[in-house]
Amino acid sequence: MGDKIIKRHQMGKTLAITLCSLFFPTCATAAFPKPWQMYYQEPATPVMEYLYDFHATLLWIEGGIVLLVATLLIVVIARFRASRNKTASKTSHNTLLEIIWTAIPVLVLVFIAFPSFKLLYMMDVTPKSELTIKAIGNQWYWTYEYPDQEIRFDSNMLAENQMKPGQFRLLEVDNRVMVPTNTNVRVITTSTDVLHSWAVPAFGVKRDSVPGRLNETWFNVKKEGVYYGQCSELCGVKHGFMPIVVEAVSPEKFNEWVASKKSAPRTHSGG
Amino acid sequence: MAYAATADHVHIEDHPTGWRRWVLSTNHKDIGTMYILFGAFGALFGSVLSLLIRLQLAHPGGTLLAGGEFQIYNVVITAHGLLMIFFFVMPVLIGGFGNWFVPLMIGAPDMAFPRLNNISFWLLIPSLILLTLSIVVGSGAGTGWTFYPPLSSVGQPGAAVDFMLVSLHLAGASSILGAINFITTIFNMRAPGMTMHKVPLFVWGMLVTAFLLLLAVPVLAGAITMLLTDRGFGTTFFEPGGGGDPLLFQHLFWFFGHPEVYIMILPAFGVISQVISTFARKPVFGYLGMAYAMVSIGVIGFVVWAHHMFAVGLDVNVNAYFTAATLIIAVPTGIKIFSWIATMWGGSLTFETPMLYAVGFIILFVIGGVTGVTLANGGVDISLHDTYFVVAHFHYVLSMGALFGIFAGFYYWFPKMTGKMIPNWMGNIHFWITFIGVNVIFFPMHFLGLAGMPRRIPDYPEAFSGWNYIASIGALMTFAGAIYFAFIVFYGFKWGKKAPANPWGEGATTLEWTLSSPPPFHTFETQPHIS
Ligand code: HEM
Ligand SMILES: [Cu+2]
Ligand SMILES: [Cu+2]
Repeated sequence: MGDKIIKRHQMGKTLAITLCSLFFPTCATAAFPKPWQMYYQEPATPVMEYLYDFHATLLWIEGGIVLLVATLLIVVIARFRASRNKTASKTSHNTLLEIIWTAIPVLVLVFIAFPSFKLLYMMDVTPKSELTIKAIGNQWYWTYEYPDQEIRFDSNMLAENQMKPGQFRLLEVDNRVMVPTNTNVRVITTSTDVLHSWAVPAFGVKRDSVPGRLNETWFNVKKEGVYYGQCSELCGVKHGFMPIVVEAVSPEKFNEWVASKKSAPRTHSGG
Repeated sequence: MAYAATADHVHIEDHPTGWRRWVLSTNHKDIGTMYILFGAFGALFGSVLSLLIRLQLAHPGGTLLAGGEFQIYNVVITAHGLLMIFFFVMPVLIGGFGNWFVPLMIGAPDMAFPRLNNISFWLLIPSLILLTLSIVVGSGAGTGWTFYPPLSSVGQPGAAVDFMLVSLHLAGASSILGAINFITTIFNMRAPGMTMHKVPLFVWGMLVTAFLLLLAVPVLAGAITMLLTDRGFGTTFFEPGGGGDPLLFQHLFWFFGHPEVYIMILPAFGVISQVISTFARKPVFGYLGMAYAMVSIGVIGFVVWAHHMFAVGLDVNVNAYFTAATLIIAVPTGIKIFSWIATMWGGSLTFETPMLYAVGFIILFVIGGVTGVTLANGGVDISLHDTYFVVAHFHYVLSMGALFGIFAGFYYWFPKMTGKMIPNWMGNIHFWITFIGVNVIFFPMHFLGLAGMPRRIPDYPEAFSGWNYIASIGALMTFAGAIYFAFIVFYGFKWGKKAPANPWGEGATTLEWTLSSPPPFHTFETQPHIS
């Protein structure tokens, strides 16, 4: 059921983007936020695609509800203002009406619930993973481990004077997380101190990093590119300054990177 | 028998004056007035902080609150949230309007436990002092209003967080005592003929609120106590190193926290029902449905807490349950919205300031409600949790829902409480400034959240600067509106026309409008009978 609903709303999505870019030439989606952006970044994983479409469904339904209420209010205000309606009616019950406005919302919610559950299970149940990455939150940087490749490095935000032209302030890091495209990547996240949250909007991924606990999530990036996220759980003074950058490359390039990492001497802060 | 006879003779016209009237007050109207003044102070305090936040965020690279590597920013957002919730919305809606109008609406001479009422109020003063200390002592409490450990335990060792926690303990005790008082009053002190199915909806809202407080706040108190002992006495309830669990805190906090959000809105629901019925000159449509919608919102509100925890890594089946339970809350909420509109339908509507605020409430609350439905979906919430979308959602329901409820109630009851009228046109201008201002602040936050901007960050990538700038302009506008509001109130007191007993006409049918404006110090000394 869910899938059919979603297909139909693919149209809505295209429409939304077109409308949006009519008014704001810069609002086309991307893997990093753009000025005046009003909607999601472009989905980069099947999960986020599904989420994106489901959200569009929600937007249509909810927009409809707001519009309905606004219309009713305008009609009421126009028709029943004292200048047009001198004496108030005394009606204060209408059982049928009350049943209708209880039952219809129930149906709408059931309609929402199906794709909602599908999305939830899709996100939560990691398919057979082909690569495992451990993302460890620290105050205030991330440490990444590739346990099977025996790689480990820290990832710190680039200060303004370290940035190259064209890079994004507060979003760039010294060492990016490298992943191959079209691969099921399992992310295990935890923390060494307080709560953090590992998030990449374009992937539809956000998982809290909790000390003493291993949390799991997953993604499968379709296209090569650089994807930006930020820590998403208040973790102290530099919470705003521990971004997450994932670079998706072809499996071949990924293997080269792994090889280069392995031959390089291992230092604590990697590189 | 003899007792009853003497009681009549011993009757004393107790009307203390000077400081004793206020400090030792056992009079529900005086205590209500003190709560409103206290809440006004909390609102001013919280608003100044919110203005600081928006000034910091007006442009990327802001340095206004950059002190202590932005610790000051975190302290300001923490204090802003706590002040607005515990020292503005709750005191005004519950302590203020509740104290004033629950007894009047049910024909009771006062609250059931007048001395308890006094304690409830005065506990708030040390509580506010402690909260203020938590801002200025050491480097301040920068934990967010949700003060999750380990950030609030090992993460912030100074005394500030302890001050904050004890402050909340006192505010919580105040709320619990107040809740006991309201429940007892509403169940036992209704005038003859005022059956539960006849009490005004504001009283129903207060009753459900009181139950939520009574059941939820002790859980918060437990969590706070555990956190305090983790911080000071070496326990490890929330410390993984000692076998504890940080997520336990979140469960306890949100078991309180979700009912808490309804604690802030149910009294406002009540106010809106009274106002709409008054200015539509019609009885509330579907009274029973409205009352029991609030009851069911209260009940369901206790079983949805983990929708604040979709990202913490709960089992997927747990998340599915909390998705379903949360979606269900939208049904009674919808009933309320449609019933308000049906109350207006067929009415003879006039748009005095309270009514403008009530209509504004409906539309803005619906916007906040539908974004709530978006967030209710555990899967979608993963993309929006801890982003500005959540900030937009809860400000639509609070800083427009609860706030508009407060303004509607204030303009509605100001003549009753003070005996003075505020000119309509002045209030109407205030409405429009506020309505536009808050929308300019908070609507763009939906875009920021969807685009991925996390909440609680003191600086942001340049891409987010446009909408942040707009939001900051809205904040200035709203703040100007608040100053204008202070002027209106001053004007009302000083130059306002004298208010008649019932300034709102035949639609105002509840008992408080049968009394003079302002009502005498003691009211309903002889019980009214309701037919
Ligand atoms: C239709 C009814 C509502 C639904 C379905 C709903 C749903 C939600 C959900 C799922 C969240 C969690 C978002 C997240 O952190 O990821 C949330 C947050 C919140 N909601 Fe609602 N909500 C509703 C109405 C209300 C009302 C009436 C209020 C208060 C008057 C309210 C106040 C809040 C607050 C304060 C938060 C954020 C707490 C925080 O993280 O600081 N909500 N809501
Ligand atoms: Cu963080
Ligand atoms: Cu909630």
